[in-house]
Amino acid sequence: MTRNASIWARIDKLSVVIFLLMIVMGWLNIYAAVYNEEHTRILDMSQRYGKQFVWIIATLVIAVFAVVTDSRFYFFFAYFIYGGLLLLLVLVLFLGKDINGARSWFQIGSLNLQPTEFAKFGTSLALASYLNARRHDLRKLSVFLTATAIFMLPALLIIMQPDMGSAVVFFALFLVLLREGMSPFVFISGVLMVVLFFFTLIFNNLYLNGGLIILAFAAAWFVVRKWKPVLAGILILIVAILAMTLVNKLIFKSMSDERILFVSALLSGAAYSIYFYSRKALQLLVIYLFLIGSLVFVNSVDFTFNHILKPHQKERIEILLGMKSDLHGTGYNVNQSIISIGSGGFAGKGYLQGTQTKFKFVPAQSTDFIFCTVGEEWGFLGSLFVIALYVVLLLRLIMLAERQRSDFSRIYGYCVISILFIHFFVNIGMASGLLPVIGIPLPFFSYGGSALWGFTILLFIFLRLDASRTEYLV
Amino acid sequence: MKDQYINRKYLIGSIIIIAAAALLVRLFIIQVVEKTYRLSADNNVLRYVTQYPARGLIYDRNGKLLVYNQAAYDLMVVPAQVTRMDTAEFCRLLGITLPSFRERLRAAKTYSRRASSVFLKMIAAEDYARLQETLFKYPGFYVQPRTLRKYSRPIGAHLLGYVSEVDESLIRKDPYYKSGDYIGKLGIEEAYEKELRGKRGVKIFLMDVYSRVKGSYADGRLDTVAVQGQDIISTLDEDLQEYGELLMRNKTGSIVALEPQTGEVLALVSSPNYDPGLLVGRVRSENFSKLNSDTVFRPLFNRALQASYPPGSTFKPINGLIGLQEKVITPFTMFGCNRGYLFVSCHAHSSPLDLKGGIANSCNSYFCQTFRRILENPVYPSIGDAYMSWKRYLDQFGFGKKLGIELTNELPGLVPSTAYFDKYYGKNRWKALTVISMAIGQGELGTTPLQMANMLAAIANRGYYRVPHIVKSIGNSRPINEKYLKKNIIGIDSTNFESIIAGMEEAVNGTGTARVAALKDITVCGKTGTAQNPHGKDHSVFVAFAPKDHPRIAIAVYVENAGFGATYAAPVASLMIEKYLKGQITNKDMEDRILNLNLIGQ
Repeated sequence: MTRNASIWARIDKLSVVIFLLMIVMGWLNIYAAVYNEEHTRILDMSQRYGKQFVWIIATLVIAVFAVVTDSRFYFFFAYFIYGGLLLLLVLVLFLGKDINGARSWFQIGSLNLQPTEFAKFGTSLALASYLNARRHDLRKLSVFLTATAIFMLPALLIIMQPDMGSAVVFFALFLVLLREGMSPFVFISGVLMVVLFFFTLIFNNLYLNGGLIILAFAAAWFVVRKWKPVLAGILILIVAILAMTLVNKLIFKSMSDERILFVSALLSGAAYSIYFYSRKALQLLVIYLFLIGSLVFVNSVDFTFNHILKPHQKERIEILLGMKSDLHGTGYNVNQSIISIGSGGFAGKGYLQGTQTKFKFVPAQSTDFIFCTVGEEWGFLGSLFVIALYVVLLLRLIMLAERQRSDFSRIYGYCVISILFIHFFVNIGMASGLLPVIGIPLPFFSYGGSALWGFTILLFIFLRLDASRTEYLV
Repeated sequence: MKDQYINRKYLIGSIIIIAAAALLVRLFIIQVVEKTYRLSADNNVLRYVTQYPARGLIYDRNGKLLVYNQAAYDLMVVPAQVTRMDTAEFCRLLGITLPSFRERLRAAKTYSRRASSVFLKMIAAEDYARLQETLFKYPGFYVQPRTLRKYSRPIGAHLLGYVSEVDESLIRKDPYYKSGDYIGKLGIEEAYEKELRGKRGVKIFLMDVYSRVKGSYADGRLDTVAVQGQDIISTLDEDLQEYGELLMRNKTGSIVALEPQTGEVLALVSSPNYDPGLLVGRVRSENFSKLNSDTVFRPLFNRALQASYPPGSTFKPINGLIGLQEKVITPFTMFGCNRGYLFVSCHAHSSPLDLKGGIANSCNSYFCQTFRRILENPVYPSIGDAYMSWKRYLDQFGFGKKLGIELTNELPGLVPSTAYFDKYYGKNRWKALTVISMAIGQGELGTTPLQMANMLAAIANRGYYRVPHIVKSIGNSRPINEKYLKKNIIGIDSTNFESIIAGMEEAVNGTGTARVAALKDITVCGKTGTAQNPHGKDHSVFVAFAPKDHPRIAIAVYVENAGFGATYAAPVASLMIEKYLKGQITNKDMEDRILNLNLIGQ
């Protein structure tokens, strides 16, 4: 017990305080979101705040268990835990309870458990364990692909439930790979793809293609700082475009302008390649490849958007981009959510005074849209406070991760940071209309036992690892 | 081993800070910069429910209730709350067909799925009682109480007017009205709309997203109470009005009875008419178009105010009065009559006659010569000036202009100006003889029955009238418009009236044209007339007041296509006078004859 007592002395107090603050504020907001005059007892088990109270008590117990467990247990059993949770993710597809068309929940008596929430720390442990030995090899394709597979596998199983929102969370683990030595080009490519995806839907393809080409030339000039090769490149491209236009007039007669532009860019590549080769101008080659990749991507997005995405996913994106306004259908949630948050003003309407909240204008307000209550009743000041709490916690966790002696602990720490970060950013971004609606909870705030427990385990394993950072794991 | 990527912790930290900053900027924009969301939130949850006030009641001059309210119920529906239900049973309950049910529900859905809209308008109270017992079985449906007009007797449709729902164009014109409001149309309902309608109240409720009422907003501090409309005491005598309508049944024409001193309308009958109860509730629009499209009887047409006839012989007293006032004749001026004057013929009577005899026997010659003297009066430099002077007297009697009764559809009638004759005949190309037919109330003259009754009131009052009106008081205290209390003095000395009145007395009670109208114990003074009708048989006209001293009733009766004034109009007037002054009828034979008379062949 003395050893355990010393663990408690060494655990990071700031993180624990923020954690406690968040669950208390979360509970207060859930109380406000489901509040009505008929049920005011705090422990009313027919009401969500009553249940959440129990989940919170349970989560504190779980936190204690997570802390008192020997840190070597996490290290050695990482793959077992990961494997067990993958198994649960498979089982839930067959044995899960169908709620809103998704099989994401196990029903055990009156308790519903969502394995997805637990898969997050399991995957984090496995990723940390795998990279612990091979982190310096992340630039090797095989290592990179294996690491990616570790978190793409649960994401894939979750997509099959189907629960796109929760699956997106796993993409955040690319941040861990970035920290651990993945080529930034891969990361930038990923981000660029997402940005281009949205741009393609907003802007005319021809302008976008043209813009990308201009951007590429600008980048090229920036890299080589010489006019001659850039001007030559532009000349080659113009000649190619004129040639293609002529060819189209004479032979194809039906090519669209952006197709001409695309083929011209490809053709002129042959001319460039000689230059790249002779001058060993690798950077220019990279820029060129980026350009071609972007062009291919941009021209395939329309196809993806129209043929691969499901109608409701398409609609959510269209609404976010203002291409469509449907205030009673899919846009309803977001619209009401923005009204809730916006109506809070600078100082908010006061606790339990939010009319939007009180009268249930926002669906899923105690779960995914809990931030509406914060925004409406506590105003901009409240929003600022909550965001500040997350930023402080995340930066604190970076600090903790960086002081680890073991690679395993640090990598696991970054997993925690990435997962908490994406939840925080996407959840508030969606509630305020900045991002499309992706139904994921706000850590420690949203109603729900599984999510609360999942996040608690995720965080407290790391706090335990940090508390015993002076010990050797192996 | 040194960590070569350690600086990437700054990259991760920056990503977190940039993302948080993006969220803060977004939140700052929607929470602090944009103000519109606050308004949206208020609209989301506050529902302003109109509290409809009860419309004011209408009483007759003796305090008998003419128009009151009955409860009716609008069945409302919130489509989003409608669940699976026994549609057939529901339709049977409401007495509508299944396609009609579907159509109504579809219309409501088109309007809004979450807000309530009217499903079925104006369900009668007895149907509502049946409905209420089972309404709980049909979630999404509820009733909103409204009021409908109810009439204690089926009379006075033209006077009372009706109430209908406001239409789009009116809502645009008058911002007071909102869709679903009622507004008075025609008659008292229209003229006193502002008093009758009362003041709408509003109750503000907090609603949740399913439009369910969650309670009253701010504990009802911002609610306003509906104020009931003011009651109207009309000048009408319910019994007289009913009797007048009875007498005029199966006849075309009108009766206007006034109280001479006050100008109060005792009865105003226009026949054919209709039961005001037809224009109430759900059947209103259907019945209205039926009445409106009846071009033969034109029941919506208010003849008492809207029909302009040549006044005929009933106009002779006026010319006599003007002649006296202009001093071109005296009561003792005698004119001979040889069955006519120039091209104006006359009937057989003793000759020559003085003024009194001229009125009593309705001698055309007498008044043609009088009229000629008026127009050829050497006091005036030209015939035009003399004519304008004559026209001024007519104007003082209220001819050729709207008298100003509250009812909106009053016609002004016609008294041509000299310009009219100048244009028609050429300037200086017309003389007294050219327009001589006006001497006996024919020719270009046009007067309404209301104007004729008013003329009689002025004669009965010996020289003044008050503008006829149909409302005695509003509520219990508020006085009516000043203009109805003002004496309109006619520039004719009261002494000049005596010989005219004596002639009218003689006409009824002596040897004159209207002996049929004579009553025991009541001295009726009257004048028969025949309004020429170019389209068919002449109209029978009779104007009278009674008693001779301290007159209490002045009346004008028009029976269309009925020939001489003495035949039908005089008996009708006589019966009306007796009914009003005595409350009962002595001459039952005459009453039966009139009641059974059918001049429109139905």
